[in-house]
Amino acid sequence: MNFEFSEEQLMIRQAARDYAQRELIKDVLERDEKAIFPTHHLKALGELGFLGMMTSPKYGGSGMDAISYVLAMEEIAKVDASMAVIMSINNSLVNYGLEQYGNEFQKEKFLRPLSDGTQIGAFLLSEPEAGSDATHQNTSAIDMGDYYLINGTKNWISNAKSASTYIVIAQTNSEKKHHGINAFIVDKNTAGISLGPHENKMGMRSSDTHSVMFTDVKVPKENRIGEDGFGFKFAMKVLSGGRIGIAAQAVGIASGAMDLALKYAQERKAFGTEIFNHQAIAFKLADMAVKIENARNLCLKAAWLKDNHKPVDIASAMAKQYAADIAMEVTTEAVQIHGGYGYVKEYHVERLMREAKLTQIYEGTSEVQKIVISRGLVK
Amino acid sequence: MNILVCLSNVPDTTTKVKFNGTKLETEGVQWIINPWDELALTRALELKESGAGIDNISVITVGLEDAEPTIRKALAIGADDAYRINSEAFDSFYTAAQIAELAKNIPFDLIMTGFESADYNGVAVGAMLAELLDIPSVGAVSAVNVKDGKWLIDREIDGGKEVLQFDSRVLVSVQKGIAIDPRIPAMRGIMNARRKPLNVSNPVALDSFNEIIAIELPRSKSKVKLFDPEDVQSLLDALRNEAHVL
Repeated sequence: MNFEFSEEQLMIRQAARDYAQRELIKDVLERDEKAIFPTHHLKALGELGFLGMMTSPKYGGSGMDAISYVLAMEEIAKVDASMAVIMSINNSLVNYGLEQYGNEFQKEKFLRPLSDGTQIGAFLLSEPEAGSDATHQNTSAIDMGDYYLINGTKNWISNAKSASTYIVIAQTNSEKKHHGINAFIVDKNTAGISLGPHENKMGMRSSDTHSVMFTDVKVPKENRIGEDGFGFKFAMKVLSGGRIGIAAQAVGIASGAMDLALKYAQERKAFGTEIFNHQAIAFKLADMAVKIENARNLCLKAAWLKDNHKPVDIASAMAKQYAADIAMEVTTEAVQIHGGYGYVKEYHVERLMREAKLTQIYEGTSEVQKIVISRGLVK
Repeated sequence: MNILVCLSNVPDTTTKVKFNGTKLETEGVQWIINPWDELALTRALELKESGAGIDNISVITVGLEDAEPTIRKALAIGADDAYRINSEAFDSFYTAAQIAELAKNIPFDLIMTGFESADYNGVAVGAMLAELLDIPSVGAVSAVNVKDGKWLIDREIDGGKEVLQFDSRVLVSVQKGIAIDPRIPAMRGIMNARRKPLNVSNPVALDSFNEIIAIELPRSKSKVKLFDPEDVQSLLDALRNEAHVL
């Protein structure tokens, strides 16, 4: 066992912290209020290497390990969970999926620009009638000989408007059920793709979420990822690793709220002393600290397993479910510690509380994580 | 032209300072590049990137092995090579003399130091180093530029600035304003840092002229006392007997 980080891992954490505390903090409230996408931050973070963190330098990435990724995600999410989710989708769903399962042609053509921050990607799995249950897709991809024809609607797609490359999961053969599903790399500017309106979300408002409609969209055969029918397995594998990113994001949201609450508790006075000196508040903070530490350790364990090429499905589900649930609890307590101030926007904690909620829902709800975990118990 | 930037490895400026005798309690302390030195390095990098004719930027530190993460951060943000003199930096003269000895063998056209270090705030290494190397030095520098192969240096003076030009080797001690924001290392830089030369050398034998006898932390401030506006006598008593200002 070694709980120590390497010098490089610490330097990456500090770099992420510096960028978040110096730059993201400046306009995070305004971007939340007006739902503005962080285009300029994306460019800067791309140049620093945060958008292709784990992608091999061979394809323009930074070649870092998952531990570094977890550390960076936490620091970014502490300040700006929207930026963190944009980063997470690009890194752990799109780039990871392409690098792991794409062929050489696909990696050269699509992965490189997604690794250096010049472009970002989106992952299109959820549908109006299929969220966590991805075993049947209403979006169809009919084999037309030398191309596929895609029709259907995808829902809740983060990065939908700003991405240039989509990974789309669609049903080619419905008789084969989930063995008839394929994954495709689709250029967003292909004819027949249109976006629904910007979703007016509760939190993570600086990330853009839309539904995406496909009407007779032609996709070249060479853009299919893996063998025919590989799409469902592809999506499950990619999401399993992706959970580590969302878990780390949840840890970041929780520890961001914790930092604010701890500071406030040492400044705010009631009944003649700083409220930290009241056991009711001090014990809340102690409970919050323990939960965050537990969640962080689960994330790091899952990241370590991934780095060491060991099975990660159960560990990442545990990390995501626990971190998301405690993020909700911790942020709620952080608002409580702030009292009335916590309920107004300029104190940040109410935003963190709104953001925490989404970590329990997307990339597999907490309930779905429990399905994965419980099935793992009897394997 | 080559620039040599002197780096001091100092505790993070938010550290809760505790002393064990006359030694800083280093348990749990995070070490950083002295902020003034980091701005000096930032300006050196800006000059190199602007095509001003800078060929090489070296950094130099007097410090033990635990200073290496700080040095590697300098390499990660763009310094080309580094020198570490394997010794504690006992005092300003010791530090300046060690750097001077090594700098005799390093090709440089400009030495940059921070105006002061954030730990002991000696404000002395730069001037001493220049003296030992027998080169001119300029303090309180707010801008460094290159024009036709000459250094153009702005120095803050009362109510204005003085612009100096050097076509010789020179040392500048820079203050905040020399650069806006320190650099954040890119991941590629972090990975490349270990591949850049970090030369370690032993210190020359040198007596330290100083000895720290005692360190005292500032006394903690007492709490604000409030007096009833009607009760002038209590206020006067407190000023006379507690604050001893009357």
